[in-house]
Amino acid sequence: MFNLDLGVIVQSIPFLWQGMQLSLTLTFLAVCGGIFFGTILALMRLSGFLPLSLLSATYVNLIRSVPLILVIFWFFFLVPLAVGRPIGGFYSALIAFVLFEAAYYSEIIRAGIQSVAVGQVQAGRSTGLNYWQIQRYIVLPQAFRNMIPILVTQGIILFQDTSLVFVVSLRDFMTATSIIARTEGRLIEMYLFAALVYFVICYAGSLLVRRLEVRAA
Amino acid sequence: MIEIENISKWYDAFQVLIDCSAAVAKGEVVVVCGPSGSGKSTLIKCVNGLEPVQKGRISVGDQEVTSKSTNLTALRAHIGMVFQHFELYPHMNVRQNLCLAQEKVLKRSRQEAVARAESLLDRVGLAEHIDKFPAQLSGGQQQRVAIARSLAMDPIAMLFDEPTSALDPEMINEVLDVMVELAKDGMTMMVVTHEMGFARKVADRVIFMDAGAIVEDRPTADFFSAPESDRARDFLSKILHH
Repeated sequence: MFNLDLGVIVQSIPFLWQGMQLSLTLTFLAVCGGIFFGTILALMRLSGFLPLSLLSATYVNLIRSVPLILVIFWFFFLVPLAVGRPIGGFYSALIAFVLFEAAYYSEIIRAGIQSVAVGQVQAGRSTGLNYWQIQRYIVLPQAFRNMIPILVTQGIILFQDTSLVFVVSLRDFMTATSIIARTEGRLIEMYLFAALVYFVICYAGSLLVRRLEVRAA
Repeated sequence: MIEIENISKWYDAFQVLIDCSAAVAKGEVVVVCGPSGSGKSTLIKCVNGLEPVQKGRISVGDQEVTSKSTNLTALRAHIGMVFQHFELYPHMNVRQNLCLAQEKVLKRSRQEAVARAESLLDRVGLAEHIDKFPAQLSGGQQQRVAIARSLAMDPIAMLFDEPTSALDPEMINEVLDVMVELAKDGMTMMVVTHEMGFARKVADRVIFMDAGAIVEDRPTADFFSAPESDRARDFLSKILHH
Protein backbone atom coordinates (compact mmCIF):
# COMPACT_ATOMS: atom_id res chain seq x y z
CA MET A 1 0.00 0.00 0.00
CA PHE A 2 2.38 2.68 1.22
CA ASN A 3 6.07 2.51 1.06
CA LEU A 4 6.81 3.68 4.61
CA ASP A 5 10.26 4.98 5.35
CA LEU A 6 10.76 5.10 9.11
CA GLY A 7 14.39 6.12 8.71
CA VAL A 8 13.34 9.69 8.01
CA ILE A 9 11.85 9.89 11.48
CA VAL A 10 14.99 8.62 13.17
CA GLN A 11 17.16 11.06 11.22
CA SER A 12 15.02 14.03 12.10
CA ILE A 13 14.69 13.31 15.82
CA PRO A 14 17.17 16.02 16.95
CA PHE A 15 15.27 18.59 14.88
CA LEU A 16 11.90 17.39 16.18
CA TRP A 17 13.19 17.40 19.76
CA GLN A 18 14.06 21.09 19.41
CA GLY A 19 10.45 21.68 18.42
CA MET A 20 9.21 19.57 21.29
CA GLN A 21 11.31 21.57 23.73
CA LEU A 22 9.61 24.72 22.54
CA SER A 23 6.17 23.13 22.86
CA LEU A 24 6.90 21.91 26.39
CA THR A 25 8.51 25.16 27.50
CA LEU A 26 5.60 27.18 26.19
CA THR A 27 3.11 24.81 27.84
CA PHE A 28 4.89 24.91 31.19
CA LEU A 29 5.27 28.69 31.29
CA ALA A 30 1.72 29.28 30.04
CA VAL A 31 0.27 26.91 32.66
CA CYS A 32 2.19 28.67 35.46
CA GLY A 33 1.33 32.15 34.20
CA GLY A 34 -2.25 31.17 33.43
CA ILE A 35 -2.80 29.80 36.93
CA PHE A 36 -1.19 32.85 38.51
CA PHE A 37 -3.28 35.40 36.61
CA GLY A 38 -6.30 33.08 36.66
CA THR A 39 -6.18 33.10 40.46
CA ILE A 40 -6.10 36.89 40.50
CA LEU A 41 -9.03 37.04 38.06
CA ALA A 42 -10.99 34.53 40.15
CA LEU A 43 -10.37 36.47 43.37
CA MET A 44 -11.43 39.69 41.61
CA ARG A 45 -14.57 38.01 40.35
CA LEU A 46 -15.45 36.74 43.83
CA SER A 47 -14.34 39.89 45.67
CA GLY A 48 -17.86 41.21 46.10
CA PHE A 49 -16.54 44.60 44.93
CA LEU A 50 -18.55 45.36 41.81
CA PRO A 51 -15.97 47.21 39.63
CA LEU A 52 -13.35 44.49 40.15
CA SER A 53 -15.81 41.72 39.61
CA LEU A 54 -17.21 43.33 36.44
CA LEU A 55 -13.72 43.96 35.08
CA SER A 56 -12.80 40.31 35.60
CA ALA A 57 -16.07 39.01 34.13
CA THR A 58 -15.71 41.24 31.06
CA TYR A 59 -12.16 40.14 30.46
CA VAL A 60 -12.98 36.45 30.83
CA ASN A 61 -16.02 36.63 28.57
CA LEU A 62 -14.18 38.64 25.94
CA ILE A 63 -11.20 36.30 25.78
CA ARG A 64 -13.38 33.23 25.76
CA SER A 65 -15.36 34.58 22.83
CA VAL A 66 -12.41 34.83 20.46
CA PRO A 67 -10.30 32.07 18.92
CA LEU A 68 -6.88 31.52 20.45
CA ILE A 69 -5.21 31.98 17.06
CA LEU A 70 -6.62 35.50 16.91
CA VAL A 71 -5.24 36.32 20.35
CA ILE A 72 -1.82 35.06 19.23
CA PHE A 73 -2.02 37.37 16.18
CA TRP A 74 -3.11 40.31 18.28
CA PHE A 75 -0.15 40.10 20.56
CA PHE A 76 2.27 39.48 17.76
CA PHE A 77 1.24 42.75 16.15
CA LEU A 78 0.08 44.78 19.18
CA VAL A 79 2.86 44.25 21.67
CA PRO A 80 5.59 45.66 19.37
CA LEU A 81 3.40 48.74 18.87
CA ALA A 82 2.99 49.12 22.63
CA VAL A 83 6.63 48.65 23.60
CA GLY A 84 8.06 50.30 20.49
CA ARG A 85 10.19 47.38 19.28
CA PRO A 86 9.61 43.81 18.13
CA ILE A 87 9.76 41.31 20.97
CA GLY A 88 9.87 38.19 18.82
CA GLY A 89 7.46 35.38 18.23
CA PHE A 90 8.23 33.48 21.41
CA TYR A 91 7.43 36.25 23.88
CA SER A 92 4.38 37.47 22.03
CA ALA A 93 3.07 33.89 21.83
CA LEU A 94 3.82 33.36 25.51
CA ILE A 95 1.95 36.52 26.49
CA ALA A 96 -0.98 35.49 24.30
CA PHE A 97 -1.10 32.01 25.82
CA VAL A 98 -0.84 33.28 29.40
CA LEU A 99 -3.58 35.85 28.94
CA PHE A 100 -5.78 33.42 27.04
CA GLU A 101 -5.32 30.57 29.50
CA ALA A 102 -5.79 32.91 32.47
CA ALA A 103 -9.40 33.36 31.36
CA TYR A 104 -10.03 29.62 31.28
CA TYR A 105 -8.09 28.94 34.46
CA SER A 106 -9.96 31.67 36.30
CA GLU A 107 -13.25 29.88 35.70
CA ILE A 108 -11.80 26.61 36.98
CA ILE A 109 -10.26 28.32 40.00
CA ARG A 110 -13.45 30.23 40.73
CA ALA A 111 -15.34 26.93 40.92
CA GLY A 112 -12.56 25.51 43.08
CA ILE A 113 -12.74 28.42 45.52
CA GLN A 114 -16.50 28.11 45.70
CA SER A 115 -16.14 24.40 46.49
CA VAL A 116 -14.50 25.27 49.82
CA ALA A 117 -17.11 25.31 52.59
CA VAL A 118 -18.33 28.71 53.79
CA GLY A 119 -17.70 27.53 57.34
CA GLN A 120 -13.97 27.36 56.64
CA VAL A 121 -13.92 31.06 55.86
CA GLN A 122 -16.03 31.81 58.93
CA ALA A 123 -13.63 29.79 61.08
CA GLY A 124 -10.73 31.81 59.71
CA ARG A 125 -12.53 35.11 60.24
CA SER A 126 -13.56 34.16 63.76
CA THR A 127 -9.91 33.76 64.74
CA GLY A 128 -9.07 37.21 63.44
CA LEU A 129 -7.35 36.25 60.20
CA ASN A 130 -7.74 38.86 57.47
CA TYR A 131 -9.01 38.29 53.93
CA TRP A 132 -5.58 37.62 52.39
CA GLN A 133 -4.50 35.29 55.17
CA ILE A 134 -7.73 33.31 54.82
CA GLN A 135 -7.25 32.97 51.06
CA ARG A 136 -3.56 32.14 51.37
CA TYR A 137 -3.66 29.62 54.20
CA ILE A 138 -7.21 28.22 54.21
CA VAL A 139 -9.16 28.63 50.97
CA LEU A 140 -6.64 28.40 48.13
CA PRO A 141 -4.76 25.32 49.42
CA GLN A 142 -8.04 23.42 49.68
CA ALA A 143 -9.33 24.81 46.38
CA PHE A 144 -6.17 23.83 44.49
CA ARG A 145 -6.18 20.38 46.04
CA ASN A 146 -9.71 19.86 44.68
CA MET A 147 -8.77 21.33 41.31
CA ILE A 148 -5.53 19.54 40.47
CA PRO A 149 -7.09 16.99 38.06
CA ILE A 150 -8.93 19.61 36.03
CA LEU A 151 -5.91 21.94 36.02
CA VAL A 152 -3.85 19.13 34.51
CA THR A 153 -6.59 18.45 31.95
CA GLN A 154 -6.50 22.10 30.93
CA GLY A 155 -2.71 21.81 30.67
CA ILE A 156 -3.10 18.92 28.19
CA ILE A 157 -5.44 21.02 26.05
CA LEU A 158 -2.94 23.84 26.22
CA PHE A 159 -0.13 21.53 25.09
CA GLN A 160 -2.16 20.62 22.01
CA ASP A 161 -2.93 24.28 21.38
CA THR A 162 0.76 25.20 21.29
CA SER A 163 0.74 23.85 17.72
CA LEU A 164 -0.92 27.13 16.74
CA VAL A 165 2.32 29.09 17.16
CA PHE A 166 3.26 28.32 13.56
CA VAL A 167 1.27 31.45 12.68
CA VAL A 168 3.98 33.60 14.24
CA SER A 169 6.76 31.53 12.64
CA LEU A 170 7.74 29.64 15.76
CA ARG A 171 9.00 26.12 15.28
CA ASP A 172 7.16 23.95 17.76
CA PHE A 173 6.95 20.17 17.50
CA MET A 174 4.06 20.21 15.02
CA THR A 175 5.71 22.82 12.83
CA ALA A 176 9.01 20.94 12.88
CA THR A 177 7.17 17.80 11.81
CA SER A 178 5.55 19.66 8.91
CA ILE A 179 8.86 21.05 7.76
CA ILE A 180 10.46 17.60 7.61
CA ALA A 181 7.33 16.12 6.02
CA ARG A 182 7.41 18.61 3.21
CA THR A 183 11.11 18.89 2.58
CA GLU A 184 11.59 15.12 2.65
CA GLY A 185 8.30 14.41 0.90
CA ARG A 186 7.36 11.98 3.67
CA LEU A 187 3.97 13.34 4.74
CA ILE A 188 2.40 10.07 5.85
CA GLU A 189 5.28 8.92 8.03
CA MET A 190 5.76 12.27 9.68
CA TYR A 191 2.10 13.02 10.37
CA LEU A 192 1.49 9.51 11.69
CA PHE A 193 4.49 9.93 13.95
CA ALA A 194 3.27 13.33 15.16
CA ALA A 195 -0.13 11.86 15.94
CA LEU A 196 1.50 9.04 17.87
CA VAL A 197 3.64 11.43 19.92
CA TYR A 198 0.68 13.68 20.79
CA PHE A 199 -1.39 10.62 21.66
CA VAL A 200 1.25 9.16 23.97
CA ILE A 201 1.84 12.43 25.81
CA CYS A 202 -1.81 13.40 26.15
CA TYR A 203 -2.94 9.89 27.04
CA ALA A 204 -0.26 9.66 29.72
CA GLY A 205 -1.55 13.01 30.97
CA SER A 206 -5.10 11.76 31.16
CA LEU A 207 -3.99 8.63 33.03
CA LEU A 208 -2.28 10.93 35.50
CA VAL A 209 -5.52 12.90 35.84
CA ARG A 210 -7.43 9.70 36.59
CA ARG A 211 -4.96 8.76 39.31
CA LEU A 212 -5.19 12.23 40.81
CA GLU A 213 -8.98 12.02 40.78
CA VAL A 214 -8.90 8.72 42.64
CA ARG A 215 -6.54 10.18 45.19
CA ALA A 216 -8.65 13.31 45.63
CA ALA A 217 -11.86 11.31 46.12
CA MET B 1 -19.20 41.86 78.28
CA ILE B 2 -21.59 41.21 75.39
CA GLU B 3 -24.38 43.68 74.80
CA ILE B 4 -27.01 43.28 72.14
CA GLU B 5 -29.39 46.19 71.80
CA ASN B 6 -32.49 46.11 69.63
CA ILE B 7 -30.97 44.40 66.65
CA SER B 8 -32.97 43.49 63.56
CA LYS B 9 -31.74 41.63 60.52
CA TRP B 10 -33.27 40.87 57.15
CA TYR B 11 -32.43 38.46 54.36
CA ASP B 12 -33.97 40.44 51.51
CA ALA B 13 -37.57 40.88 52.58
CA PHE B 14 -37.48 38.13 55.19
CA GLN B 15 -36.81 39.31 58.71
CA VAL B 16 -34.68 36.76 60.57
CA LEU B 17 -34.10 38.77 63.76
CA ILE B 18 -36.74 41.01 65.25
CA ASP B 19 -35.65 43.67 67.72
CA CYS B 20 -33.48 41.36 69.83
CA SER B 21 -31.83 42.59 73.02
CA ALA B 22 -29.70 40.60 75.45
CA ALA B 23 -26.60 40.92 77.55
CA VAL B 24 -23.97 38.55 78.86
CA ALA B 25 -21.97 39.78 81.85
CA LYS B 26 -18.31 38.93 82.40
CA GLY B 27 -17.99 35.34 83.61
CA GLU B 28 -21.62 34.58 82.86
CA VAL B 29 -22.83 31.54 80.88
CA VAL B 30 -25.93 32.13 78.80
CA VAL B 31 -27.66 29.39 76.83
CA VAL B 32 -29.71 30.33 73.77
CA CYS B 33 -32.33 27.77 72.78
CA GLY B 34 -35.42 27.54 70.64
CA PRO B 35 -36.88 25.63 67.72
CA SER B 36 -34.83 25.36 64.53
CA GLY B 37 -35.17 28.36 62.28
CA SER B 38 -35.80 30.63 65.25
CA GLY B 39 -32.69 32.71 64.52
CA LYS B 40 -30.42 31.58 67.37
CA SER B 41 -27.44 30.73 65.14
CA THR B 42 -27.89 33.97 63.24
CA LEU B 43 -28.00 35.90 66.51
CA ILE B 44 -24.74 34.40 67.77
CA LYS B 45 -22.99 35.02 64.43
CA CYS B 46 -23.96 38.68 64.68
CA VAL B 47 -22.07 38.97 67.97
CA ASN B 48 -18.66 38.71 66.28
CA GLY B 49 -19.85 40.34 63.09
CA LEU B 50 -19.79 37.24 60.88
CA GLU B 51 -23.34 38.24 59.99
CA PRO B 52 -24.08 41.95 59.59
CA VAL B 53 -27.16 43.48 61.16
CA GLN B 54 -29.24 46.21 59.57
CA LYS B 55 -30.53 47.78 62.79
CA GLY B 56 -29.40 47.97 66.38
CA ARG B 57 -26.13 47.93 68.28
CA ILE B 58 -23.82 45.17 69.50
CA SER B 59 -20.75 45.60 71.64
CA VAL B 60 -18.23 43.17 73.04
CA GLY B 61 -15.90 44.31 75.81
CA ASP B 62 -15.37 48.00 75.18
CA GLN B 63 -15.70 47.76 71.40
CA GLU B 64 -18.72 48.21 69.23
CA VAL B 65 -19.19 45.42 66.68
CA THR B 66 -21.77 47.35 64.70
CA SER B 67 -19.69 50.51 64.37
CA LYS B 68 -18.03 51.09 61.01
CA SER B 69 -14.88 52.45 62.61
CA THR B 70 -14.23 49.26 64.57
CA ASN B 71 -11.50 46.98 63.27
CA LEU B 72 -13.63 43.84 63.20
CA THR B 73 -10.73 41.57 62.24
CA ALA B 74 -8.80 42.65 65.34
CA LEU B 75 -11.87 42.34 67.56
CA ARG B 76 -12.69 38.83 66.32
CA ALA B 77 -9.26 37.61 67.36
CA HIS B 78 -10.41 38.06 70.97
CA ILE B 79 -13.81 36.38 70.62
CA GLY B 80 -13.65 32.60 70.33
CA MET B 81 -16.18 30.80 68.19
CA VAL B 82 -17.00 27.12 67.96
CA PHE B 83 -19.06 25.86 65.05
CA GLN B 84 -21.60 23.09 64.58
CA HIS B 85 -19.43 21.36 61.97
CA PHE B 86 -16.11 22.04 63.77
CA GLU B 87 -14.53 23.70 60.73
CA LEU B 88 -11.04 22.47 61.43
CA TYR B 89 -8.77 23.07 58.45
CA PRO B 90 -8.66 19.64 56.78
CA HIS B 91 -5.33 20.21 55.02
CA MET B 92 -3.49 21.01 58.26
CA ASN B 93 -2.67 18.78 61.20
CA VAL B 94 -3.88 19.56 64.71
CA ARG B 95 -0.76 21.51 65.60
CA GLN B 96 -1.04 23.70 62.50
CA ASN B 97 -4.75 24.22 63.13
CA LEU B 98 -3.95 25.56 66.59
CA CYS B 99 -0.92 27.61 65.58
CA LEU B 100 -2.08 29.38 62.39
CA ALA B 101 -3.94 32.31 63.93
CA GLN B 102 -1.61 32.49 66.95
CA GLU B 103 1.30 33.11 64.61
CA LYS B 104 -0.41 35.19 61.93
CA VAL B 105 -2.70 37.29 64.13
CA LEU B 106 -1.12 37.38 67.58
CA LYS B 107 2.41 37.25 66.07
CA ARG B 108 3.54 34.62 68.53
CA SER B 109 6.73 32.76 67.72
CA ARG B 110 6.49 29.17 66.55
CA GLN B 111 7.74 27.88 69.93
CA GLU B 112 5.29 30.01 71.90
CA ALA B 113 2.40 28.95 69.68
CA VAL B 114 3.27 25.27 69.88
CA ALA B 115 3.71 25.44 73.65
CA ARG B 116 0.28 27.05 73.99
CA ALA B 117 -1.21 24.47 71.61
CA GLU B 118 0.29 21.61 73.60
CA SER B 119 -0.99 22.87 76.93
CA LEU B 120 -4.51 23.41 75.53
CA LEU B 121 -4.60 20.01 73.86
CA ASP B 122 -3.57 18.54 77.18
CA ARG B 123 -6.43 20.41 78.80
CA VAL B 124 -9.00 18.94 76.38
CA GLY B 125 -7.42 15.49 76.68
CA LEU B 126 -5.95 15.25 73.18
CA ALA B 127 -2.23 15.84 73.71
CA GLU B 128 -1.24 12.64 71.92
CA HIS B 129 -3.15 13.63 68.75
CA ILE B 130 -1.15 16.77 67.93
CA ASP B 131 0.31 15.33 64.70
CA LYS B 132 -2.94 13.92 63.36
CA PHE B 133 -5.12 15.41 60.66
CA PRO B 134 -8.77 16.23 61.39
CA ALA B 135 -10.02 13.34 59.23
CA GLN B 136 -8.19 10.93 61.54
CA LEU B 137 -10.15 12.10 64.59
CA SER B 138 -13.69 11.34 65.74
CA GLY B 139 -16.30 14.10 65.71
CA GLY B 140 -16.01 14.61 69.44
CA GLN B 141 -12.24 14.87 69.23
CA GLN B 142 -12.47 17.30 66.33
CA GLN B 143 -14.80 19.54 68.28
CA ARG B 144 -12.48 19.50 71.28
CA VAL B 145 -9.60 20.47 68.99
CA ALA B 146 -11.79 23.29 67.63
CA ILE B 147 -12.42 24.52 71.18
CA ALA B 148 -8.69 24.40 71.88
CA ARG B 149 -8.05 26.33 68.66
CA SER B 150 -10.35 29.11 69.87
CA LEU B 151 -8.84 29.12 73.36
CA ALA B 152 -5.35 29.46 71.89
CA MET B 153 -6.26 33.04 71.01
CA ASP B 154 -6.89 33.84 74.71
CA PRO B 155 -10.44 35.02 74.03
CA ILE B 156 -12.32 37.35 76.35
CA ALA B 157 -15.55 35.50 75.52
CA MET B 158 -16.54 32.30 73.73
CA LEU B 159 -19.45 31.78 71.34
CA PHE B 160 -20.73 28.25 70.69
CA ASP B 161 -23.02 27.61 67.74
CA GLU B 162 -24.71 24.25 68.36
CA PRO B 163 -21.40 22.61 69.26
CA THR B 164 -22.87 19.13 69.78
CA SER B 165 -25.61 19.00 67.13
CA ALA B 166 -23.47 17.25 64.53
CA LEU B 167 -22.08 14.67 66.95
CA ASP B 168 -22.98 11.05 67.51
CA PRO B 169 -24.73 10.72 70.87
CA GLU B 170 -21.85 8.91 72.56
CA MET B 171 -19.51 11.81 71.80
CA ILE B 172 -21.66 14.62 73.10
CA ASN B 173 -20.52 14.34 76.71
CA GLU B 174 -16.81 14.57 76.02
CA VAL B 175 -17.44 17.96 74.39
CA LEU B 176 -19.89 19.14 77.07
CA ASP B 177 -17.40 18.15 79.79
CA VAL B 178 -14.82 20.48 78.25
CA MET B 179 -17.41 23.26 78.08
CA VAL B 180 -18.45 22.72 81.71
CA GLU B 181 -14.80 22.98 82.80
CA LEU B 182 -14.47 26.18 80.82
CA ALA B 183 -17.59 27.62 82.45
CA LYS B 184 -16.29 26.72 85.90
CA ASP B 185 -13.03 28.48 85.11
CA GLY B 186 -15.03 31.67 84.67
CA MET B 187 -15.11 32.00 80.88
CA THR B 188 -17.81 34.27 79.51
CA MET B 189 -19.89 32.03 77.26
CA MET B 190 -22.84 32.35 74.94
CA VAL B 191 -24.02 28.92 73.87
CA VAL B 192 -26.63 28.00 71.27
CA THR B 193 -27.61 24.44 72.16
CA HIS B 194 -30.42 21.97 72.68
CA GLU B 195 -28.53 20.30 75.52
CA MET B 196 -30.80 21.23 78.38
CA GLY B 197 -28.74 19.12 80.83
CA PHE B 198 -25.80 21.40 80.09
CA ALA B 199 -27.99 24.48 80.50
CA ARG B 200 -29.26 23.28 83.89
CA LYS B 201 -25.77 22.48 85.09
CA VAL B 202 -23.83 25.62 84.16
CA ALA B 203 -26.01 28.31 82.60
CA ASP B 204 -26.76 31.41 84.62
CA ARG B 205 -29.55 32.37 82.27
CA VAL B 206 -31.51 30.89 79.40
CA ILE B 207 -32.64 32.88 76.38
CA PHE B 208 -35.50 31.33 74.47
CA MET B 209 -36.06 32.41 70.86
CA ASP B 210 -38.89 31.81 68.47
CA ALA B 211 -39.47 33.14 64.96
CA GLY B 212 -36.60 35.61 65.15
CA ALA B 213 -37.54 37.18 68.47
CA ILE B 214 -36.28 36.69 72.01
CA VAL B 215 -39.32 35.39 73.84
CA GLU B 216 -37.80 34.72 77.25
CA ASP B 217 -34.58 35.70 78.99
CA ARG B 218 -34.57 34.38 82.53
CA PRO B 219 -32.45 32.79 85.24
CA THR B 220 -31.98 29.11 84.46
CA ALA B 221 -33.94 27.71 87.40
CA ASP B 222 -36.94 29.94 86.66
CA PHE B 223 -36.90 29.08 82.98
CA PHE B 224 -37.10 25.35 83.64
CA SER B 225 -39.50 25.41 86.60
CA ALA B 226 -41.91 28.02 85.33
CA PRO B 227 -41.54 29.18 81.73
CA GLU B 228 -43.73 32.21 81.15
CA SER B 229 -44.67 31.80 77.53
CA ASP B 230 -46.74 29.04 75.96
CA ARG B 231 -44.14 28.65 73.25
CA ALA B 232 -41.32 28.01 75.71
CA ARG B 233 -43.50 25.59 77.68
CA ASP B 234 -44.39 23.77 74.48
CA PHE B 235 -40.72 23.65 73.42
CA LEU B 236 -39.57 22.32 76.79
CA SER B 237 -42.28 19.66 76.91
CA LYS B 238 -41.16 18.43 73.51
CA ILE B 239 -37.46 18.18 74.20
CA LEU B 240 -37.46 17.18 77.87
CA HIS B 241 -39.79 14.21 77.72
CA HIS B 242 -37.37 11.98 75.90
